[in-house]
Amino acid sequence: MISKLTAVVMVLLMVTVLAACSSDSEDENRELVIMTHDSFNIGEDVIKAFEDANNATVVIQPAGDTGEALVRAILEKGNPSADLFYGIDNTYLGRALDEGIFDTYEPDGLDNVPIQFILDSTNHVTSIDYGYVNLNYDKAALAEAGLEPPQLLEQLTGSNWKGKLVVENPATSSPGLAFLIATVAYFGEEGLYTYLDFWKDMKANDVLVKDGWSDAYYGDFTMYGGDRPLVVSYATSPAAEFLFADPAVSEPPTGNILIDKATFLQIEGIGILKGADSPNLARKFIDFALERRFQEDFPDKMFVYPVNPDAETPDFFQFAEVPAQPAGLTAEEIGEKREEWIEAWTEVVLR
Amino acid sequence: MTARRLIIVGPLAYLAIFFLYPLGAIFERSFEGSRTDLGPVTEVLVAAAVPLIAYLFAHRKSPEKTPIQTLSTAWFLAPVVATAIVLLVLRIGVISVDPFNKLLGDSYYLGRIWFTIWQATVSTMLTVAIGLPVAYLFAKHDFPGKSVLKAVSTVPFIMPTIVVAMGFIALLGPQGLVNSALMDVFGLDTPPTRITNTLLIIFLAHAFYNYSIVVRIVSTFWANLNPRLEESAAMLGAGRFNTFRYVTLPLLLPAIVSSAVLAFAFAFTSFGVVLVLGGSQFATLEVATYELTAKLFRLELAGALAIIQMVFTYAFLLIYTRFQAGAAVRVDLVPHEVTSKGRRSASRTLFLIAIIMGVLAMLSPLWALFERALSSGGGYSFTHFTSLFSNESGSYFYRSPITTIWNSVRFATATMVISLVVGTIVAYFLARPRHRGAGVLDALFMLPLGVSAVIMGFGFLIAFNKDPLDLRASWLILVIAHTLIAYPFVIRSLLPALRGMPVQLQEAAAVLGASPVKTFFHIDLPILSRALLVGATFAFAVSMGEFGASLLLVRPEFTTMPIAIFRLLSQPGAANIGQALAMSSILMVIVAMGFVGIERFRYKDMGGF
Repeated sequence: MISKLTAVVMVLLMVTVLAACSSDSEDENRELVIMTHDSFNIGEDVIKAFEDANNATVVIQPAGDTGEALVRAILEKGNPSADLFYGIDNTYLGRALDEGIFDTYEPDGLDNVPIQFILDSTNHVTSIDYGYVNLNYDKAALAEAGLEPPQLLEQLTGSNWKGKLVVENPATSSPGLAFLIATVAYFGEEGLYTYLDFWKDMKANDVLVKDGWSDAYYGDFTMYGGDRPLVVSYATSPAAEFLFADPAVSEPPTGNILIDKATFLQIEGIGILKGADSPNLARKFIDFALERRFQEDFPDKMFVYPVNPDAETPDFFQFAEVPAQPAGLTAEEIGEKREEWIEAWTEVVLR
Repeated sequence: MTARRLIIVGPLAYLAIFFLYPLGAIFERSFEGSRTDLGPVTEVLVAAAVPLIAYLFAHRKSPEKTPIQTLSTAWFLAPVVATAIVLLVLRIGVISVDPFNKLLGDSYYLGRIWFTIWQATVSTMLTVAIGLPVAYLFAKHDFPGKSVLKAVSTVPFIMPTIVVAMGFIALLGPQGLVNSALMDVFGLDTPPTRITNTLLIIFLAHAFYNYSIVVRIVSTFWANLNPRLEESAAMLGAGRFNTFRYVTLPLLLPAIVSSAVLAFAFAFTSFGVVLVLGGSQFATLEVATYELTAKLFRLELAGALAIIQMVFTYAFLLIYTRFQAGAAVRVDLVPHEVTSKGRRSASRTLFLIAIIMGVLAMLSPLWALFERALSSGGGYSFTHFTSLFSNESGSYFYRSPITTIWNSVRFATATMVISLVVGTIVAYFLARPRHRGAGVLDALFMLPLGVSAVIMGFGFLIAFNKDPLDLRASWLILVIAHTLIAYPFVIRSLLPALRGMPVQLQEAAAVLGASPVKTFFHIDLPILSRALLVGATFAFAVSMGEFGASLLLVRPEFTTMPIAIFRLLSQPGAANIGQALAMSSILMVIVAMGFVGIERFRYKDMGGF
């Protein structure tokens, strides 16, 4: 009595599902799967060059933001769906090492990497790129408001800066967390005026908190129709604004605010996942990722700097100035305290 | 008649495999540390005992039924399914109450729970208030361009949140059209209205997103409602308002409630909208769960919060489904042609024009996006559109719009087909004969709408990671995830029509010797075609617009339009925005075309009703 049509459709559906399940399991010894976050970007030809040289196929699998991708790698521990994980930075390193998801590897090009860019001294994660999180300002909007870019973070608590800044939530956003860590380094956790006192004053001064970089930058920054001339972004953002300006400009419409100890050096690395199907290929890829070919390809796609000092950056990186003295906290300190800082911050700013 | 009811086993299996199992897998992992296992023996004992007890209970309730009839009652199915949940979700272990105590003792999380509930309630009321007049327009009036306006009015439902936010900001933001105009006219120095980053804009945005659910479901039902009763009321001297208040509204109630459930569920689990437009201080439960999972790595607390959210959702759904079953009246559904108004008076025309203008104004954030997509180099051009077709930076992740459109359309079509099958079977089962236990199952089938997306996403990843169900590299994983949010639309749009359908027709057909298949195609389908199409439209739309799960689950070759937009907006720079909005414009056009296409399907293949 079952409606025949429905029965037929159900059977067809089941067949489709089963067929799709079984077709994915051919032998994949020459396949290299790289799990990463969704901001990762690289040239097609660079990947092709690696594939050709190693007679392999590379599959890059973005898995949400860094936090989500890392949770996925942790949940898949022992039976990873990828061989490599790209995008662990110094704010997440502690968690990744605690979970023991990586095998160690010391690639050929590592000696070449300057010491300040070595992310993990235990060699589970190899540094590939780095960037800085800092305040950006909208040049036209500040000029119109009659303000000069601040020289000290404390200035931002003054009444002339009221309602001028949008930041990202450290509990949900990487640059948000990086900037929180920078304020910890800048003000300290103890003393007369701690980082929490600063945030308390910022809250009173109408700081706006958004959950993600895109929300803040494209939703509230004056450049794009909002009413906040200061935004937490990257040191390369003005360079990107220059590159993507429409119509073209001779210098970027935004600028970097590089206050000593109030910027955060974010180093990103790659590691081999324990239990990887193709560990040899994975090692070769790490070697390759430190070579000039790879290192010179990503700066204009991800807007980060290459760790290989021999690699050249594009001309417009002149607008991506490098801060003289970023916040000096180690990955270990961050790993130990990040959750405590986030919770304290949430308590002060959002509750 | 009864064996036919056993077909519900199909959707139940679908729910068990693709919803309960991944959910169970992720909960098992998140409660790893705080769970005491009772062992396989107890599990098997419970698994065997529950169906037996349920069967005996169901048999006692109605002893006259044959065994197979008893098996297909909700009295039997509900406890068995409930046990399946316990087995799969919690694996018969005792979870420590610690994480729950911690959350419920923390004023931050209590605040999130309270905020989530009340903002969803207010948003739903506003959504219904805005949706009803528009539903009236589409139900009762024919005018040139109606199908296009109808399609366009549903477009907001699928737009990526950040893009909608940019539309709102272009209009209502501090430098937006409204503020600039006011500043010019009154010579002000500062923007006079401030609406971004306030609660008001969250309600508006939820209404903007969800009003089309109300419009579609209610107008479909309304169009088939026999106007005889209203005419009698008018004849007896009731004014237009009283006729609406005491006759039309009660008749429409099942459809209104049906659409309100969906609007509520969407506002309740809102993630992007509240954050982009409102800021972090307006975080919902969904957001808090995401923070605990992906940033704080407190999987135990995240799991507990997800369960709390599920319990609330389930409770609301139970109330709603019970209310809806009670509100259902056997109404006379007649062909749409009979109900449309023939006469036009000047005041009615004016009213119509007012509603149409209202809809167009409502959609103005979308017009603003088109405008920005077309502006380039200080003037207007198609530069952003053409540059979408070239991989200027040579990126590995670049996919041409042709590919992303094709991906989006085929995933959405697959989602639509599966959802129609699953949803129709469930709706038939729930519609009749009516028994009290049905609400339990109804709410269960709606539950996927209320589960935290991030928890569900990780559940999928760890549940379907080995043979025979290794779906991690397959596009099916995405389609299946989409169907879980899509088939509830089919159920909710079909139920009011099914409950209102006159049984006599089917009985007459059966008496005259028509087979069930024939009856379905010649009696049921014509009456239900409109409601089915509404379900199909939203199933399609859900998949077209979804990108949270897609970002988590999908390989680059399966890049969809919303993912392409998301990638463009993850970098600073005017050209990126321009291309993202160009892509959004294409998305809007494709989706509107899809809606019109689905609508056409009815006239061509079913002869209209």
